[in-house]
Amino acid sequence: MSLAVDRAAEHHDTLAQRVRRVPLPALIGLAVIAINIVVAIGAPLIAPFGQSEIAGPPYNPPDGAFLLGTDAIGRDMLSRIIYGARNTIGIALMTTLLSFFLGAGAGFVAATAGGWVDQILSRAVDVMISIPKLIFALMILSILGASIPTMIITIAVLDSTRIFRLSRSLAINVNVLDFVEVARLRGENTFWIVRKEILPNVTAPLLAEFGLRFTFVFLFISSLGFLGLGIQPPAADWGSMVKDNSTLITFGSLIALAPALAIAILALAVNFVVDWAANLTSGLKD
Amino acid sequence: MTPAPATPVLSIRGLTVRAERDGQPGQTLVDDVSFDLAPGQVIGLIGESGAGKSTIGLAALGYSRPGCVITAGSVLYKGGDIVHMTERERQLLRGADIAYVAQSAGASFNPAHRLLQQVCEIPIARGLAAPAKARENAIGLFQSLDLPEPQRFGGYFPHQVSGGQLQRAMAAMAMAASPAIVVFDEPTTALDVTTQVEVLAAFRRLIQSHGTAAIYIAHDLAVVAQLADRIMVLRHGKMVEYGDTRDILERPRQPYTQKLVRERTRKFAAAPGAERDERLLTLRNVSASYKSFRNVVHDIDLDVDRSDTFAIVGESGSGKSTLARVIVGMLPRQSGMLELAGETLPASFKERTREQLRRIQLIYQMPDIALNPHQTVYETIARPIQFYFNPPKDEVRAQAEELLRQIELPLEFMTRKTSMLSGGQKQRLCIARALAAKPDVMICDEATSALDPLVAEEILELLRRLQTTHRMGLVFISHDLGVVRRFCNKVIVMKRGAIVDGGAIEKVFAPPLHEYTALLMSSVPQMRPGWLDETLRARSQKQTDAIAQSAA
Amino acid sequence: MNWGGRTLINVLAPRIVLAVLTLFIISLVIFFSVELLPGDTAEAMLGHDATVEALATLRRELQLDSPAYVRYWRWIIDLLHGDLGKSLSSGRAVSDLLAQRLPNTFFLAGFAALISVPLSFVLGVITALYRERAVDRGVNFVALAASSLPDFFVAYALILIFSVHLGWVPPISIISPESSLAERLYLTGLPALTLTFATSAYMLRMTRASILSLLSSPYIEMARLKGVSSGRVIVGHALPNALGPIANVTALTLAYLVVSVVVVETVFAYPGLGQLFVDSVSKRDIPVVQVVAMVFASTYIVLNLVADMVALAANPRLMHPR
Repeated sequence: MSLAVDRAAEHHDTLAQRVRRVPLPALIGLAVIAINIVVAIGAPLIAPFGQSEIAGPPYNPPDGAFLLGTDAIGRDMLSRIIYGARNTIGIALMTTLLSFFLGAGAGFVAATAGGWVDQILSRAVDVMISIPKLIFALMILSILGASIPTMIITIAVLDSTRIFRLSRSLAINVNVLDFVEVARLRGENTFWIVRKEILPNVTAPLLAEFGLRFTFVFLFISSLGFLGLGIQPPAADWGSMVKDNSTLITFGSLIALAPALAIAILALAVNFVVDWAANLTSGLKD
Repeated sequence: MTPAPATPVLSIRGLTVRAERDGQPGQTLVDDVSFDLAPGQVIGLIGESGAGKSTIGLAALGYSRPGCVITAGSVLYKGGDIVHMTERERQLLRGADIAYVAQSAGASFNPAHRLLQQVCEIPIARGLAAPAKARENAIGLFQSLDLPEPQRFGGYFPHQVSGGQLQRAMAAMAMAASPAIVVFDEPTTALDVTTQVEVLAAFRRLIQSHGTAAIYIAHDLAVVAQLADRIMVLRHGKMVEYGDTRDILERPRQPYTQKLVRERTRKFAAAPGAERDERLLTLRNVSASYKSFRNVVHDIDLDVDRSDTFAIVGESGSGKSTLARVIVGMLPRQSGMLELAGETLPASFKERTREQLRRIQLIYQMPDIALNPHQTVYETIARPIQFYFNPPKDEVRAQAEELLRQIELPLEFMTRKTSMLSGGQKQRLCIARALAAKPDVMICDEATSALDPLVAEEILELLRRLQTTHRMGLVFISHDLGVVRRFCNKVIVMKRGAIVDGGAIEKVFAPPLHEYTALLMSSVPQMRPGWLDETLRARSQKQTDAIAQSAA
Repeated sequence: MNWGGRTLINVLAPRIVLAVLTLFIISLVIFFSVELLPGDTAEAMLGHDATVEALATLRRELQLDSPAYVRYWRWIIDLLHGDLGKSLSSGRAVSDLLAQRLPNTFFLAGFAALISVPLSFVLGVITALYRERAVDRGVNFVALAASSLPDFFVAYALILIFSVHLGWVPPISIISPESSLAERLYLTGLPALTLTFATSAYMLRMTRASILSLLSSPYIEMARLKGVSSGRVIVGHALPNALGPIANVTALTLAYLVVSVVVVETVFAYPGLGQLFVDSVSKRDIPVVQVVAMVFASTYIVLNLVADMVALAANPRLMHPR
């Protein structure tokens, strides 16, 4: 009951007050995500060189022309990191979207249909979820070849199992509430019930999950790249850049860690935002 | 009734508790409340939800729930102020000196430990009793609380015993270290009426025999009256009236208290019988069950007319709500006949026509979960109007406004989210949503049980008024015989899925009573202090008679 | 949750059946995904520049003339009899490769688990006890950061610090069957530390979360109101109920550990199963890939099953039915 009062109070907050309530790590996280998006979209405008352009001598140390130096065949590291943002983030985002489309769609169908539809989908997911993802993805990609569509579909299908479970359980929790029964007894069809009664009540946790799944997929694609089965050269990818320059690390070069750092920073930023958002939604529940 | 002795065992002075969010003070939950508790005395705290009674009870133990802060006042026990003690000092007082009995024993026992271990935990941990002695004490307490097999009872896990037994076990846990004060926080609210009588009796015996002082918290004045020497009436965190139990019940001074006392006695005007009455619902030999084979109803016959307010009463598990689900088609009947105004209805709602669905509407017990929190009041009412009648847009608007007027909510509520309404307002909105379908039959499944008594009364008045203007049959499902007697004209009494008694209200509740109806009736708490004694006396008399009879 | 009158066996049996079924389905997928290869299987596996003789040998070895389901049947029967086939690239028996690599991987994963399980359990309980205090915030921040870092980043960062700058340990962990235990521990220190970093964060956060969610339950409030000391509330009242979820998370993490060795072994050139897998994948040594994938999947599924069992066994409703 006090909740109603609190919510009413929130409506009168100015934007500035709301921003001030966001904890610092989440603010930094939002800023980092924004920068990454700008860099990813504007890569050709921002990067000094092309992603596969041999711009200078191999292993050129950082200087005025090459801010982060060059790699083993003389490509500009900074330009490749900038293009890497575009490739890695873009593919991770597409994969996560596809995986949500599959997982949440099937999850809602299973929850509202129940019966044998739910049984078949749930048992199939039980099987799929206990498959080690990295092993399986590596195997499939080694057999079918590491093309981008294969990678997106493989990872999206493997990862959609978690989204299926979450959206199914969220939808089931809402589905048993009396207001859904009211709609059913009124004669509403399943599509209307999912759209109007269930979806608005599960968006917040699903959005938080989207952030988590994105980080997972993003790290996963980076790992694949690192193992040589991710985004294929000459396209720049943060994971494979780490692999390419790994020999530099044993010589103590910090530059070689830059792509790995880029991965870490973005993953951390998303996690900070998700952490804050998850606290926010769990706080609203009780 | 003992005159208050000079030295109180607990003294609460100017207690003020406020809600706090992110360090910012919010609503005042308890506002400047004071009272003294004498040794062996029982003080009842009464009020609707949000009155602050539980907050006061917890403050007596120096405890405030997360998000609440005691901002002023003192709680004096043996000369020390509990509010200003260190957490360690307070912890040592709890259990040993002041103990607590919670509302929901089911949730308040740790599922991982056996009952005996939990009952004996504090006496053993504090070194108040040797383990063997503590166990012996606990078994003695089980015995005096009429728990079955007191020797073995403690060996069970909480999920292995019934709700009534668990509630008594919780009282045993509170008494285990022989505290000077016990706080009872709505300890019988979750129980069935027939169980409530036994548990109340057990509590009273226990505190009387130990000479324990107690704070007894409840929203039901009649229940409090059975145990308390003095009663404090609270509302919105403030004290309304405080006095001896008999004075409160017989000579209430404040209008709010007067309303509370009268609440059980008000008789509703009968719904006007239609000039030419019309049969709406007919059930013949209806049986249904869930896959789990629990909650079964069998061989149900009933007839509801347009002028009827038809009551279905019984305890939890009697199948009364299951019957409602069978009528609306959520649980398809397996056999028998179900007719709506002469037309046979398909068993499942999925096979019923839109028109058939429209004519029977259901009101739920918990308005909180019967409304989509993400929809506005307007969306909630407008949807059934569009869905069933599909009039032009401005007509929908006009009808929705008319409905809002009828349920007496201001028009500016239209744009509010349903989650912003109070419990009573939500239930009104649920009624408006059902009314929007222009139903012939409205089924109210415990529709007033989750509401505060005075709010429940208002909802009943509203229902009666709407029933008269809209000429619909009401099926009123309830566990509360008091309400049923005042509100309905026909009744069936259900037990374990079958009808055991039924007919016109005056007939069913007039002697000679059916045995089970009599048990239910005698279990409804009455607004007089002697009710519990009379009931218990009558019951033991009956038992003696039965024994004598079987001996003869 | 209502378990009715069901016993432990009744609840466990379907899960065991499901695990076996899962393994069966995985073996199908592992075997038949090779069939998806476009064109001639042997040519696809060896590449276009393969000699005619090599292709013929491979066709004979894979018995490509028999139908796929017959070959699957032979493959699975051979697997169950311990005949794991031969590597295409080295010609060695796969069982020999496994015998050499599998113990190394289990040694590394076990070493990491020995550090990370107690560490994250203790830290999880401590952060729950001191929630919202400095310790909690600090540990949580580090844990959140650690779970965001890719394994190879942690690995290279550790190499940079401990090998390149401090020179305490070599940057690669090449052990041989002759290495002594002390030598092995010394050489696997950095990879084990990397794995600890990767897995502890998740375990710690889940331990903390499961204790905290219990702390808001009515029976914990009751324990406080009963006068139970705050330490005892956690240890005596919250922990027994949290053990199921925590053990579950631990088993799941171990399952994850066995798989994440793939990346770590690659970084440190550690001669384990993961490195073998990655090598075989890049050489398209399909027979080895298939067997190693089966080994990883089996370990993962068994550990998942253990996680399920532990969670169920910790439920008093199941252990003490009405």
